[in-house]
Amino acid sequence: MHDVKTDAALDSAWSGGASPFAMGSKKLGMWLFIVSDTLTFSALLITYSYSRLTNPDWPKPFPMNPAIIFSTTMTVVLLASSLTMVMAVMAAQRNDRKSTVLWMIATMAGGLTFMGLHLREWFHLFEEGATITHNPWGTPQFGAVFFGITGMHMTHVLIGVIYLGIVATGYGRGKFSAEDVEVNGLYWHFVDLVWMFVFPLIYLMSVKY
Amino acid sequence: MSTEAHAAEAPHGASVGTNLAIWIGLVAITGLEVFLAYEELQPTLMLSILVGLSLVKAAMIMSYFMHLKFEKFSLVLWLIPAIIFCICMMLIFFFPEAFRLLQMRPHGG
Repeated sequence: MHDVKTDAALDSAWSGGASPFAMGSKKLGMWLFIVSDTLTFSALLITYSYSRLTNPDWPKPFPMNPAIIFSTTMTVVLLASSLTMVMAVMAAQRNDRKSTVLWMIATMAGGLTFMGLHLREWFHLFEEGATITHNPWGTPQFGAVFFGITGMHMTHVLIGVIYLGIVATGYGRGKFSAEDVEVNGLYWHFVDLVWMFVFPLIYLMSVKY
Repeated sequence: MSTEAHAAEAPHGASVGTNLAIWIGLVAITGLEVFLAYEELQPTLMLSILVGLSLVKAAMIMSYFMHLKFEKFSLVLWLIPAIIFCICMMLIFFFPEAFRLLQMRPHGG
């Protein structure tokens, strides 16, 4: 038996019983995770900014060719993967499962390409003598900051690729809904958003002229 | 089910053309950042400009790719001020102490 008065109260946005932000709990949960992860990356990048500005001998190991061209390519690849994710979400909203899965595979390919390029950059720095604790160019903090922040980001990319694989498989088999694809998209765009800060602050602030 | 819950399930967001325009804008700002990196600006000025441009890019990604522009405004009011407040708290507590320690370095930094 329905109590009309109670139903009306639950439908009220302020009651908390309906859907105060007009979205499902998964999507709201992902937004809350994004807020907390934003603060984690903010703390890392604020600490980096202080270290960068207060150390006149901060290493500048990134020449235009190949390092900056390389990292700019990585940025464009990650941005392109965000666009394919947008297309996946739009296809999921149309209930077009085949296109959704294909766009998600394209997004995974973008993520894997980004990781491959990034690992190549890491190994190049290892070859030049950079480690977490020291480097041949200047302030030893550089290694900890560079490998710490980019490593943290790359871990997020790896988790994102695995997450995409799971959701794409589940959505293709009809186990997951369009909302799951959208929530997955939120995570992927966040990973892209973080790189929009990491790339200029870490790479472009350490260009070798 | 409420009207709001129905709204949560309905397709929403920008068109393909708008998303493509946003993507081109993001690539263009990235190009501008790379260009600025070769102008040899002072680190403090450079950092300020790059953070500013990155904030513009973040706003574009959140608004369109993450659909925040198309969600209920109460969500924006709930999330964004909280992030700004927490980052301000980090800056307020971290920088004064960090710069005080800098002044204490043997050669004054």
